[in-house]
Amino acid sequence: MTVLSILVFLPLAAALVLLAWPRPPGRTATWIWIWASAVDLALVVGLWLAYGGGPGVTDGFAFEQRASWIPGVGSSYHVGVDGLSLPLAALTAVLFLACGVHALGEDRNRRSYAALFLFLQTVCTGLFVSLDLILFFVFFDLSIVGMYFVIAGWGHTQAARAALKFFLYTFLGSLALLLGFIGLYVGSDPHTFDMVELARTTPLDGRPVFGGLVLLAIGLGLAVKTPTFPFHTWLPPAHTEAPAEGSAILAGVLLKMGTFGFVRIAMPILPEAWRQWAWLIVVVGVVSVLWGALVALAQSSFKRLIAYTSVNHMGYVILALGAAGMLGGDAAARSVAVTGAVTQMVSHGLLTGALFLLTGVMWRRRETYEMSEYGGLAGPAPRFAALLALAAFGSLGLPGFSGFIAEFQIFAGSLGPAPVATVVALVGILVTAGLFLWALQRILLGSREETGFRDLRWHETASIAPLMGLAVVVGLVPAWLLGVIDPAARAVVDLLGS
Amino acid sequence: MTAALALLVLLPVGSGVLLALAGLRGRAGAVQDAAGPLAVAVSVVVLALAVTVAVGRPALGVPLLPGADATLAVDGLSAVLVVLVGAVTPLVLLFATGDLGAGEARARFYGLMLIFEGAMLVTVTATSLVVLLGAWEVMGATSYALIAFWWREDRRVESGAVAFLTTRSADLGLYVAAGAALAGTGALVVADLPTASGGWLDVAAAGIVLAALGKSAQLPLSFWLSRAMDGPSPVSALLHSATMVAAGGYLLLRVGPLLDATGWAGPTVAWVGALTALVLGAVATAQTDFKQLLAASTAAQIGFVVLAAGVGATTGGTVQLVAHAAVKSALFLAAGAWLTALGTKQLTQLAGAARRFRTVGTAAVVALLALAGVPPLSLWATKDSVLAGALEESLPLYLVGLAGAVLSAAYAARAIAVVLAKESAPSRKRRRQQHLEEEPSGHVPTRGTASVAVLAGVGAILGLQVVPPFRGWYADALGGLAPSAGLLELAASAVLAVAVTLLVLRRGGAVVSGPAAASLAGWLGLERLAMSLVVRPVLRLSEGLAVVDDRVLDRAVVALPGLVRIGAAGLAGSGGESRIDGAVGALARGTAALGRLARRPQTGQLHQYYAQAAAALAVLAVVVIVVK
Repeated sequence: MTVLSILVFLPLAAALVLLAWPRPPGRTATWIWIWASAVDLALVVGLWLAYGGGPGVTDGFAFEQRASWIPGVGSSYHVGVDGLSLPLAALTAVLFLACGVHALGEDRNRRSYAALFLFLQTVCTGLFVSLDLILFFVFFDLSIVGMYFVIAGWGHTQAARAALKFFLYTFLGSLALLLGFIGLYVGSDPHTFDMVELARTTPLDGRPVFGGLVLLAIGLGLAVKTPTFPFHTWLPPAHTEAPAEGSAILAGVLLKMGTFGFVRIAMPILPEAWRQWAWLIVVVGVVSVLWGALVALAQSSFKRLIAYTSVNHMGYVILALGAAGMLGGDAAARSVAVTGAVTQMVSHGLLTGALFLLTGVMWRRRETYEMSEYGGLAGPAPRFAALLALAAFGSLGLPGFSGFIAEFQIFAGSLGPAPVATVVALVGILVTAGLFLWALQRILLGSREETGFRDLRWHETASIAPLMGLAVVVGLVPAWLLGVIDPAARAVVDLLGS
Repeated sequence: MTAALALLVLLPVGSGVLLALAGLRGRAGAVQDAAGPLAVAVSVVVLALAVTVAVGRPALGVPLLPGADATLAVDGLSAVLVVLVGAVTPLVLLFATGDLGAGEARARFYGLMLIFEGAMLVTVTATSLVVLLGAWEVMGATSYALIAFWWREDRRVESGAVAFLTTRSADLGLYVAAGAALAGTGALVVADLPTASGGWLDVAAAGIVLAALGKSAQLPLSFWLSRAMDGPSPVSALLHSATMVAAGGYLLLRVGPLLDATGWAGPTVAWVGALTALVLGAVATAQTDFKQLLAASTAAQIGFVVLAAGVGATTGGTVQLVAHAAVKSALFLAAGAWLTALGTKQLTQLAGAARRFRTVGTAAVVALLALAGVPPLSLWATKDSVLAGALEESLPLYLVGLAGAVLSAAYAARAIAVVLAKESAPSRKRRRQQHLEEEPSGHVPTRGTASVAVLAGVGAILGLQVVPPFRGWYADALGGLAPSAGLLELAASAVLAVAVTLLVLRRGGAVVSGPAAASLAGWLGLERLAMSLVVRPVLRLSEGLAVVDDRVLDRAVVALPGLVRIGAAGLAGSGGESRIDGAVGALARGTAALGRLARRPQTGQLHQYYAQAAAALAVLAVVVIVVK
């Protein structure tokens, strides 16, 4: 077992310990979650420090491990990290730890809650390091199952309905994904589910119809998960009903499975189809950007608002990945766009994770997300106000936070290949600025004299502030992160051709 | 020397962040009391660093993006701006220590002011577009937070949002310019922009021009500067006279070669600047609020800087920018001093203000005379340096600029007439019964007086910038002598300025009246126009889309697979592929069963949707197999 597999399965082991321990006292279960996630984070930091920085994608994976699993269909337990997956594996570790700390305020059935999240952590980490399509798919589906129980079990009043909608919608998407994977298997010779093999041979190049259909199936599956317009309607109810930690993981990590799938699977394995349909992908990205931002602007519930901004933020990722397939542009610029897209995945995880944990604070105080129920909170709760303001400004792309580094690269890199679409998408950051300022004004500012809204407790600060701290570090000194992503982004763009 | 440059930007930003965070602990206590003196001390050190780098001209770069380092460098133009920002900030902060009393969130205020100063210093030294854009947007965000400083009042918070959103809409131009630079030059270097290939040159120029005009409150986006007046006066003295609004002018001066390279950008910029000088000058003559008058005047005076950039009169634009910064900063501080002392900034209530507070009054009158363009004070000389450049380009441009200059004499004289008015006893009594904006304190703090006096005094003599030996310094720093105004033009503008000033003073400050005055007083309704043309339609659109999202989109997604299924059934039937048909049917039945299960707990829609979509997928599977 390599260190990567330990990273993946350590949380699951902790979950099993919890399941075997019928009545852990007090907050012990939550503390086990925190410690397991902390060890996982330490492992990821170690991996990061030891990471050699190979190109990845088709070659030069770090900490690679391959073991026989289902040899009959050419599927193996194949894991490894490169510049695309290491940042997301690290993000996963960070977010689960933050959620663990935040969950110290959750009193309902702590043991199952912790076990479920630990299970989810294994699933999420496993997905990002998977180099085999079947392995990827298994983790992809298990994440849906895990999140279903989180929402249904610990959600608010309409949780059962929202959880079911989430489950059916994304599960259906995963079926499309499976179909696409089978298409890849059928199209490859020798038949294999191995991503690295497939990316090296790109078996469907030269077969535009078949390649296009497989891309359609994979694209549908990933688009539902991302989610992009018009497949995003499961997202707002799921977030509105989910507990804070569930929302943070759903938005912070699970959505990334969609966008990560595009850059890990669709682009390297189906480069020709990707180029052929890049214009459509760009259009979907731009529509998601504007739709997400404009619909978010009309929301009265703060949590729904953040949910829609996720559609907007993921839209930038799709735009950049689509633009990377537009061959008109300069290859260097297109790789800037891909680097920006991966950075945006990390950045959105940190900032939206923080925002959702902050909505959890609101729920614990008042049991509502309606902005009209709040006002002037900057008075009684200055720390809450400061963190919410920072997260909102970070989310609207203010320089100094990770979002700017991501979006700047996305825009600068996409403008060359897809000028009109990029200029239209730029309007998104203006609308986002407007909606966040308006939300801050309604929740935090104004003459309303709030009393009895308690400022952040220590575990709330301890879970949210580090996320913002990381967002600032990435925003100010991003070189350590971009240096890891960049070679892989170049490799992806190379595969797409020039 | 590189360290000095790094420290120049890190010191104000770092200490600003720490101060703002420390301020979270409450409005009372040692941190709040120490914030002002600390900030003044920091800004004095920053001034020393600014002078150091202005002399030493260092450059530095740190890795930021792959292949695009964050680079800062001090050249001649940057050196001037760095010293200007460094010098104005401590004076404004010193004023604030007398202006903001106990009970105000002073740590937050000074923290934000220092962060702003750092962002402005980065803006004027950045040589990479990503750094420039970053600092540029941080200025906007800190200006939001500073305008909305008294966040309990909705109007001020909204004003901050109006200012931020308006300038950010223009900032999008810088994003476009960065993309164009990457596509057209393969890098993000500001100085490389003129070499951008093909149409990217024009795209980059358009983007930069848009961003600069927005930040400098030029037409038609000037209205945000009016709303920005809802912030504390020291904020206006720093941001809305000397620094942030000046940054747009600075950027245009910086990219002169880019404007030249396009052919169209220079004249466009020049005309926007000249028209802003004219129109906003007229707006200023009709204001009833002293700060509003100053704000409109700022847009108009920066208009001359923009005009200079458009005609390539870099030196003229720079000296105008510097002289205006000092003069206007002094005037905003004077407005703030009177607001504190008399509780008002309404011109009608400020009658005789200069007579009651003699030092501030004298300084303000000197600054207003400079603003009027009265010789030998600064703006007379600097503005003529700009107009000389305009005359070389085109006579109409010169005449519009000259008309703008006449209007500056008119509005400045209007303010002079008010603050120097001898107030009769009944009038004073009447005034005391009127509603005031704040509780008057009755006195101006000494520290505040000192700041106003220094800024006005220095501002008044900054005309020296255009005479030897300083003229030579500028020539060295900015590369080449500016066209100097001919004696005839200098004399003409002097006579015009003095004549208009005397005329307006004789009329007791009256300039315009009637419906024109009302329209001008409301900044030509530009904000209302933006609201009804942009903001409200966007809000309506967003509400409409939200309804579509809730009620239509969800169902459309449900209906679509249904259509596909019908089509697929036809396809399968006609092909006689009974095996496939059976498979489809089985799958549909299976999923329908799942759907019934799904329906039981909740909705009547999901099962349908699920079944139909699954059927569509099955069809897709079939097609894949067939095509393969």
